[in-house]
Amino acid sequence: MKISREEVIHVADLSRLDVDTKLIDKFAEQLGTILEYVDTLKSVDTKGVTPTSHAISMTNAFREDDEQQSFNRDSALANAPDKEDGNFIVPKVVG
Amino acid sequence: MEYEPVIGLEVHSQLKTKTKIFCTCSTSFGAAPNTHTCPVCLGMPGVLPVLNKKVVDYTLRMAVATHCEINRESRFARKNYFYPDLPKGYQISQYELPIAQNGWLEIELNGRKKRIGITRIHMEEDAGKLTHDPDRPLSMVDFNRTGVPLMEIVSEPDIRSPEEAGAYLRQLRSIVRYLGISDGNMEEGSFRCDANVSIRPKGSGPFGTRTELKNLNSFKHVEKAISFEIHRQKEILEDGGQVIQETRLWDPDKNRSTSMRGKEEAHDYRYFPDPDLLPLVIDDHWIDSIKTAIPELPDKKKKRFMDEYALPSYNAELLTSSRELADYFEACVEAFPNPKQVSNWVMGSLLGLLNAQGMSIDASPISPENLSQLLKLIDQKIISGKIAKTVFEEMAHTGRPPKEIVAKKGLVQVTDESSIRSAVLTVLHRCSKEVDDYKNGKTKLFGFFVGQVMKETQGKANPKIVNKILKNLLGE
Repeated sequence: MKISREEVIHVADLSRLDVDTKLIDKFAEQLGTILEYVDTLKSVDTKGVTPTSHAISMTNAFREDDEQQSFNRDSALANAPDKEDGNFIVPKVVG
Repeated sequence: MEYEPVIGLEVHSQLKTKTKIFCTCSTSFGAAPNTHTCPVCLGMPGVLPVLNKKVVDYTLRMAVATHCEINRESRFARKNYFYPDLPKGYQISQYELPIAQNGWLEIELNGRKKRIGITRIHMEEDAGKLTHDPDRPLSMVDFNRTGVPLMEIVSEPDIRSPEEAGAYLRQLRSIVRYLGISDGNMEEGSFRCDANVSIRPKGSGPFGTRTELKNLNSFKHVEKAISFEIHRQKEILEDGGQVIQETRLWDPDKNRSTSMRGKEEAHDYRYFPDPDLLPLVIDDHWIDSIKTAIPELPDKKKKRFMDEYALPSYNAELLTSSRELADYFEACVEAFPNPKQVSNWVMGSLLGLLNAQGMSIDASPISPENLSQLLKLIDQKIISGKIAKTVFEEMAHTGRPPKEIVAKKGLVQVTDESSIRSAVLTVLHRCSKEVDDYKNGKTKLFGFFVGQVMKETQGKANPKIVNKILKNLLGE
């Protein structure tokens, strides 16, 4: 197995996903299969090849420090499930 | 056993750009919630961040000023975590290839100089602001600060005391201010510091387990929190215990820190290169143009003030603590070439006045021209030192030139011996009892007579001449 039950629980926790404990073994197996498939790439000889971080060979795209009109606030908040006094409202995160 | 603290600091300095790091929203402080937001900083699907060139320019200035190696190619990375202040679910930062690394800066403490290594400098975006409702189980999120450019400066664990940490921070702040790239204001949050602290048996050997201190939002808190932490760790080790690696939050009201153990400790940021941002390539030409734009920095200026103006180290350091103050001093010295005298007045009366009013040197009601004019009036004996204090207060109040104040209020010093003599005689006549006491040995009364004569002349008599005449008349 490429991935353990604990790793599945850890990844689910990082992703804030509530995973049914009955499904953990199944997910471990499925995720393992995906990782094994990706391993196929390792069989390619990459000696002397610089690791790629970007798919295109461009560099340096800049903008000048010029201000432009922001979104209007109603648009910014349009998709918010809950809002108040121009703020997004979320369940309390501390305390 | 004697222990030695090992301290490293991580400083986040907000860069003074007009717009955010990856979008054209304003960075100005204090706007109504969520009015400085756009699809890019709100993390809407399908948007593309574009790097603000000024953020790179400013960070390069810092890199050059702190003797860093500049990476010719650097990258942005995504730091992934879920928290409501982060709309995208990741913060754009730099990880494997920061813009600069391996630098240093020099601090001076009690006359001893020491180099503190700088591990790396990188650019990243700030997160939003959360306000927790005191009564209801909810938090409010304002994304105006999201995407405001930050420069993170990570020091080597070269710091060995809370005082050194304070000196390093002050030096760092003074550099960002000289460079004009950040306000460096800890209280307002444009200059933030986290401290990594561990202790080990004095001398050398491997580092102990470290803790990270957060919420250090003033220079005083930084030093206090580190002292507290060193003491706390010592007690644990002396009791045979073990320090736990954790993040601790400083509580300035209670003067202690508390553990933040729990969820926030589960750091697993899964960094990877941000595919939305192209690699950043910096060539020699760019670096050269930055180098020529670097002003004289605080340590060089301090040394020059000591050499050129023969000032003691303490004075030179204080006068070069900001570029504006140093410029003020030099403008005064140019008009009145007596650095010692200028230094005394700037560091004494002027800074006293500005501190009392909570003003910066830029807002000084007394211009360098007017202060040097005042010093000339004293030097030419047109006014006495005592009158000068009165004139100074009037200048602070009205911003008028001292010559005008002296003329208008008739404050010119009296040096004419005969008129001083007549004032002295008036006083001695009026205070015949004290004169008798004086002659019977109460010589301490001399100061009293001087005071009375000064009062009689509204402070305008030349004190030297008053002394001379009094001694003469009381002598026999």
